Amino acid sequence: MKYMLLMFSGDPAQEPQCTVEDWVAFEKEMKAAGIWVSGHALADLTTATTVQVSASGERTITDGPFAETREVLGGYDIIDVPNLDVALEWAARCPGSRDGGAVVVRPVADFGS
Amino acid sequence: MDGRAASAASVESIFREEHGRLLGSLVRRFGDLDLAEEVAAEAIEAALTHWPVDGVPARPGAWLLTTARRKAVDRLRRDQVYAARLAILQVEADRADPVPSADAGAELPDERLQLFFTCAHPALPAEDRGALTLRCLAGLTTGEVARAYLVPAATMAQRIVRAKKKIREARIPFRVPGADELPARLPGVLSVLYSIFTEGYAASSGPELQRLDLAEEAIRLARILHRLLPGQREVTGLLALMLLVHARRAARTGPAGEVVLLADQDRSRWDQVLIEEGQRLVVSALTGGPAGQYGVQAAIAALHDEAADVESTDWPQIVALYDVLVKIAPSPVVALNRAAAVAMRDGPAVGLALLDGLAAEPKLRGYHLYPLARADLLERLGRLAEAADAYRQALELVGNETERAHLRHRLVAVEGKIDHGP
Repeated sequence: MKYMLLMFSGDPAQEPQCTVEDWVAFEKEMKAAGIWVSGHALADLTTATTVQVSASGERTITDGPFAETREVLGGYDIIDVPNLDVALEWAARCPGSRDGGAVVVRPVADFGS
Repeated sequence: MDGRAASAASVESIFREEHGRLLGSLVRRFGDLDLAEEVAAEAIEAALTHWPVDGVPARPGAWLLTTARRKAVDRLRRDQVYAARLAILQVEADRADPVPSADAGAELPDERLQLFFTCAHPALPAEDRGALTLRCLAGLTTGEVARAYLVPAATMAQRIVRAKKKIREARIPFRVPGADELPARLPGVLSVLYSIFTEGYAASSGPELQRLDLAEEAIRLARILHRLLPGQREVTGLLALMLLVHARRAARTGPAGEVVLLADQDRSRWDQVLIEEGQRLVVSALTGGPAGQYGVQAAIAALHDEAADVESTDWPQIVALYDVLVKIAPSPVVALNRAAAVAMRDGPAVGLALLDGLAAEPKLRGYHLYPLARADLLERLGRLAEAADAYRQALELVGNETERAHLRHRLVAVEGKIDHGP
């Protein structure tokens, strides 16, 4: 069963305790356990661009969105584990769950494959 | 009662006893709560047809499980989507646990513990955990669960469907947490049972003060959990707490269903059998390690239960236990109860000072027992106008009709004293 771990950053004012090494170690752990499917860190939110297409086909491109709240999606990992408890266990090990951040765990939909 | 009716009643009690165990076994075998519920219902239906004619089998649980399993396999065979999964499930299930014949001597495995942990999983909405526990473990119908929580049946049906969908689609596992995780997960299960009990003890809304059916269901489930986890002292403590509090049920309301306060209760109506059972349990809950919050609360309840009246209650000991509770399970409600106990030990003025220190607690802002506790102490201090105000605040927050009537009664009494002088 595949789960996506969505990493939301915490309060930028708070000094992060987790280091780049922690993130590297987490990725290594997932790979060593054979559960890692894919994942990326996202570039800074200031680089985000939004595209919308209206019913008439008109395209609107806007800068942003920029966070209204502190909950900014910073990256994701997809892991393949037997059940939600195991997925939650990995989410708890993810550095993104610390420093006021949060990891949202979403099962990847399985359409009868 | 004729023979047929007698057997219908005993069949009913068998179903109640076996439902959780049956469902637990089926969920483990087929990994699908919906399917398990459907075939469990079908097996019970089949039993209602056959048992009155053929007699109740020697091992009704095994009979129900075998019947339900056959129905599940039939259903899966018919269902294309499940066909591939069935092949795997069947091989695994048969290898692990061959179909028990209805008269086999071996004990059926009890998989209710797994079900407790699944229903109380922290990934489910907190308000649905109790409902799911009543539905799956107590075997209540969705309609009965809806009545228990005083919500429309359609609303409860939606909530249960949504919770089961999450269990299935997010794959919340059906398992007992390992020894390393148990300390983190068990409190969730206990708090589900305790919340069912407290809703039965003092209904948060509706006409009646107590919902005895709910309180009794919570006790029945706590007894099962205690049998399944006899070494867990907090499970013992919770069961003891429920028994010691439930023992007072008959004295807590008067002839018209009105509230009777602890001080005014006819203590000869307290249930001595439950008190003695609770006292025995509380001893084992408090020995062999540091006390847990339910064990300490049970000890407080035991002190109330063994006192002849309010005056001779061991208030210093109760305050000491609240001091422990404040350390191991701090909460504004615990602080509130402690203040009330201190008032009994040291007088209303001391208690009131403690209560006023809790005024800023957001958790007490909507809680009618906070202004009520203040009103009570203000009244005892002769500060009647302030007491009346506090009663009015409590009246705005109370949800239960019986409690509202009680508060109105006390408000009128205080207003009378203001008008006519003390």
